[in-house]
Amino acid sequence: MKIIVDQDKCVASGQCVTAADTVFDQRDEDGIVVLLTDNPSPELAADVHQAAAVCPALAIVVED
Amino acid sequence: MTQSEPIERALDYPMPPIDAIEPPPEWAELRQQCPVAHVRLPSGDQATLLTRYGDVRQLIADPRFGRTAEEEGGARIGAEGASTIFDRRDEPSPIPQSGAGHQRWRRMLTKWFTAKRMAALRPRIEAMASQLVDEMVAHGAPADLKAGLGYPLPVWVICDLLGVPDSDRDRFAYWSDTFLSLSRYQQAEIDAAQAELTAYMAGHVEAKRLAPGEDLLSDLITGADAAGAKLGTEALVATGKGLLIAGHETTTNMIGKMMAMLLSDRSAWEQLVADPALIRTAVEEILRYDANPGFGLTRYLTEDVELPSGVLPAGTTAVCSMAAANRDDGVFADAESLDLTRSPNVHITFGAGPKSCVGQSLARTELQVVLEVLVRRLPGLALAVPSARLRPVEGLLVGGLQEVPVVW
Ligand code: HEM
Ligand code: SF4
Repeated sequence: MKIIVDQDKCVASGQCVTAADTVFDQRDEDGIVVLLTDNPSPELAADVHQAAAVCPALAIVVED
Repeated sequence: MTQSEPIERALDYPMPPIDAIEPPPEWAELRQQCPVAHVRLPSGDQATLLTRYGDVRQLIADPRFGRTAEEEGGARIGAEGASTIFDRRDEPSPIPQSGAGHQRWRRMLTKWFTAKRMAALRPRIEAMASQLVDEMVAHGAPADLKAGLGYPLPVWVICDLLGVPDSDRDRFAYWSDTFLSLSRYQQAEIDAAQAELTAYMAGHVEAKRLAPGEDLLSDLITGADAAGAKLGTEALVATGKGLLIAGHETTTNMIGKMMAMLLSDRSAWEQLVADPALIRTAVEEILRYDANPGFGLTRYLTEDVELPSGVLPAGTTAVCSMAAANRDDGVFADAESLDLTRSPNVHITFGAGPKSCVGQSLARTELQVVLEVLVRRLPGLALAVPSARLRPVEGLLVGGLQEVPVVW
């Protein structure tokens, strides 16, 4: 699994953090997404896909 | 009802609401047969209504297009004389409405709405909701859940966010009400309330400049955007007002509609009482299932745009119905039924893309907290009238129910 986030598109909704808080975080200064790991363990796949699906900015791409 | 048919055949928009649960039947008809439909707005102006998920999502997220009011030549929403906050072309906003400037403005606000902030804020919102439920219970059943909880909670939360003292909450609630419940107030009352709120905010900003606190406005005053620019007083006042207008009536109405959806067929409520862990997905499903969403979003097209259902020409005023899109069965399995376990739920009730709702995490938190508190405190909650008797509000922009009478 490989994850790419687009910080320019991100609107800081926090939806990804709610879905997978060991993979996604938000910057303190503006809430923009930061990736904690770009290759998380396979058991997090469902949560990561959930995050990508509910992102209002479509700023998360997951490649399996 | 396609682009080429005569204007006389245009449908009136918005369609009259049916009740708390049933959406207007036109949504499904249009989605299936006429995804790009001519409509006539209350002003008499023509617009193009989109109802399919793919079309709506693409257009509302397109950074090139703004909300109609900013553009000369866009259709007006309101009837003659009834100006709405979105129709005010006379007053250019001190906040950039699109592009890089808009993004820098948003990103000064968004640190106040992160998942971590919401977790930290949750106990305060819980305390406010509990206090309001206590007061409602003390007055005895039946009670109007909208007036007792749905109305005050979001305005208390916004006052907290802006550092407005508790003693001014009621004035805030009144000002906010005049802006969006257009049919209930005379133009003179609306103008007076606008002026009062602006004056209050200006005073509040000055007070925070002298003595900054731990709140969003103080932070905007002392901070700067990513380009190092500071917000001027006018932009600060507009931001404070904007948060109140964007975050109050929307959330108030959603709380009322949420409880009506859950209680009209009490099995949904009982499912939540039995399993409060469903509250998160339940809130998303309720946001998706809203049959009284109000107007939707307008986008004024400054150039041609190609959508899945066809090309819309430059000059079009498009009205995007997120609520109709949220019931698109090409995207949502069994779209017409309320499924509190639905996941992932890709509804677009908060919009999508660069202009989507800044306060969505806060709105979600408020709705979740309301359910947590009510499930715990009043598990026997029930509607005091049949759900068919819950009357939709008459306001034009934000849909909701006038009252939600309950017993427990
Ligand atoms: C259930 C409640 C709510 C709903 C359904 C809702 C819905 C929306 C929608 C659809 C938009 C997008 C407008 C567009 O794309 O043109 C929006 C924008 C916005 N909302 Fe919300 N909202 C809610 C609650 C809140 C709250 C609680 C706040 C903050 C206190 C808030 C603040 C904002 C702001 C500031 C914008 C403008 C964003 C921009 O221009 O970039 N909203 N909201
Ligand atoms: S869900 Fe999307 S928009 Fe929201 S914080 Fe994560 S990346 Fe940003």
